[in-house]
Amino acid sequence: MNSEPLLLATPSGDALNLRPEGPWTAANVATLETLSRSVGADVDRSRSVTLDMSGVGALDTLGAWVLEKLTRRAASSGRSAELVGVADHFSGLMDEVRQVNRHTPAPAAAPNPVLLWLNDLGKSTIGAREDIAVFLQMLGALFTAVIGVLRRPRSLRLTSLVYQLYRIGWQAIPIIVLITFLIGAIIAQQGFFHFRRFGAESYTVDMVGILVLRELGVLIVAIMVAGRSGSAYTAELGSMKMREEIDALSTMGLDPVHVLILPRVAALVIALPILAFIGSIAALYGGGLVAQFYGDMGPAIYIARLHEAISVTHFEVGILKAPFMALVIGIVACSEGLRVKGSAESLGRQTTTSVVKSIFLVIVLDGLFAIFFASIGM
Amino acid sequence: MEGTQEEFAIRVRDLVVGFGRQTVLDHLSLDVRRGEILGLVGASGGGKSVLMRTIIGLIPRQGGTIEVMGQPIGGRTQDAATTWGILFQQGALFSSLTVRQNVQFPLRENLVLSPELMDEIAIAKLEMVGLRPQDADKYPAELSGGMTKRVALARALALDPPILFLDEPTSGLDPIAAGDFDALIRTLQKTLGLTVFMVTHDLASLTTVCDRVAALADGKIVAIGPMRELLQSEHPWVRAYFHGKRSQMLQHQMR
Repeated sequence: MNSEPLLLATPSGDALNLRPEGPWTAANVATLETLSRSVGADVDRSRSVTLDMSGVGALDTLGAWVLEKLTRRAASSGRSAELVGVADHFSGLMDEVRQVNRHTPAPAAAPNPVLLWLNDLGKSTIGAREDIAVFLQMLGALFTAVIGVLRRPRSLRLTSLVYQLYRIGWQAIPIIVLITFLIGAIIAQQGFFHFRRFGAESYTVDMVGILVLRELGVLIVAIMVAGRSGSAYTAELGSMKMREEIDALSTMGLDPVHVLILPRVAALVIALPILAFIGSIAALYGGGLVAQFYGDMGPAIYIARLHEAISVTHFEVGILKAPFMALVIGIVACSEGLRVKGSAESLGRQTTTSVVKSIFLVIVLDGLFAIFFASIGM
Repeated sequence: MEGTQEEFAIRVRDLVVGFGRQTVLDHLSLDVRRGEILGLVGASGGGKSVLMRTIIGLIPRQGGTIEVMGQPIGGRTQDAATTWGILFQQGALFSSLTVRQNVQFPLRENLVLSPELMDEIAIAKLEMVGLRPQDADKYPAELSGGMTKRVALARALALDPPILFLDEPTSGLDPIAAGDFDALIRTLQKTLGLTVFMVTHDLASLTTVCDRVAALADGKIVAIGPMRELLQSEHPWVRAYFHGKRSQMLQHQMR
C-alpha cells in the first residue's frame, strides 16, 4: 500500500485511462486536489474516460467525492465515463456519493448595496418604533402590577424584593464607593491644578460640591448600575425565557411582570437613590483628601467652604433624578431580557443592547432633567 | 486505515472514574469490536454518559487503561477529531454558525482545502444524512429537533472518523423520525465502515440497529451480547430493564 496517493493518466487516442492509487482520504486532501486538477485538461480533451479503481488502498467520503467529480467532468457534454475495478467495500460509498450534489441551488444574486443600505435604514427605523412600543408596554405592565400590589399589598413578592435589594444594592456598595471616591479625587485634583494659575483654588470646592451632587454622583452610579445589575437582569430573564421558565409561570396563572419584573425594578428604584447618596459622599470625601494632601486645604476649611458652596437644592436635584434613571434601567433591562430568542448568541446580543441602550437613555434623561431644573430655577 | 487491522476499535480495562467520594465506574472493562454497533444501556445517572465522556477524554479517569484503534488514550489527544466523531444529546451545534459552517468547521480546522471543495463536501455530508442543500444556510436555532440531530451527525462525520459516539441519538424524536434516524445510522455505518458506540434508552433502536448491547449497572458491565442473549440474562437489573412493563409491551408487539 502506498503512503502517498497517486493518479496515473494513460491516454490512448481519444480515450483516457485514469488509475488512482494509494490512500484517497481526507488526510491527503491537498495532494488529491492537485492530482485531480492536473488531469483536468486531459479529461476535458478525451471522448471517453475509464476510471480504474482497483489500485485504491483507502477511500473516504472526501476521496470518493474527488473521484466522482472527475467522473462527472468526464461524462459532461455527451462524452462517456466508466468506473471499473471498484472494490466491494468501496462500492457502497461510491454509490452514495453519486447521489449527492446533484441539485445544488443557484447561489443568491448579490444584492444591490444601495438597496441593502436603504433596507437596513428602513428596518432600523421600524425597529426604533418597536423599541419605543416595547418600552411603553413594559412601563404600562409595571404600572398595572403596581396598582395590583396597592390594592392587595400582600401580593407583593417581599422575599424576592429583599433579595434583589441585597444583590443590586448592598453588594454593589464597595465598587461604587471605590469608583466615586476616585472620580471625586480626580475632579478635585484637576480643579486645584488649573484654578491655581489664576488664584481661584478655593473655588475648587464649589466645583466639586456642585458637580458631584447635581450631576456626576448620580450619573456615574446609574451607569455603574446599568452595567452591573442591568446586564444581570437581562441575562437572567433571557435564560429563563430560553428554558421556557417564563412560559411555565404564565401557564400557572401567574403574571411574569408581577413575579419577576416588579421586584427587580422596584429594588432598582429603591436602591439607586441610596447608592447615589453613598456615591456622592464618597466623591466628596475623595475631593477632601485631595484638598488636604494636594491643595494644602485642611478638612475644616474644606467643610466650611463646602457648607457655603452647596445647598440642599443641589442635593435634591441630584437625588430626584435617581429613581427615574433606575426605572429606565430596569425597564430596558427586563424588556430586553424578554426579547431573547432561542440561541446563546441572541442572549449575548440582547445583553449588550440592554447595557448600551440603558446607558444612552440615562444620559439623555440627565440632559432633559438639566433643562427642566434650569427652567424651574433649581 | 493503514497498519495492522485491530480487531477491537475500543478496549477499556479496569476503568475507575469517580467524583469526590462517589465512584461511578468501578473497574469496568469493555471491548468494542471493529465495525459493530454497540448499544449501551444503564439506569439514568448510572454512568453511561460518564463512560462515553471518559473514553473521549472529557472526564479524567482515576485508574485503568483505554485503547482506541490500538492506541492508548491519555487525556485529550491532538488528532481526536480524525479518530472519532461525537453526536451530543442536544446536538451541540455552534449557534453562531450556519449549518454549512458547522459541518465545515472540522474540515477547516484540520485540513487545508479549497473553499469550493469544502462547500461540496459539506453539501455531500448534508445530503448523506438526508438534508436538502437549501437547509445549508439556516442557523441551528431555525432547525427542528430531528434536523438538529442530522446536522450534528453530518458534523461528527465530516472527517470520516472510524468511530462514532452517539449519546441518546433518538431521544426527543418522534417514533417515525427516530426510526428514520436508526436506519440512517445503519446505512452510514455500512457505507463508511464505522464502529458505532451508542448510549441509548430506546428499546426499538437496541433491537433494530445494535449488533451487541452492553448493560451497565453498579459501575460495571454486567451483561454484553446480542439482544437475544441479553433478554435471557439472569442479572436482576437487566431482567428488570428488559422485562419491565414497558419493555414487555414492546417486545410483545415485535413478536
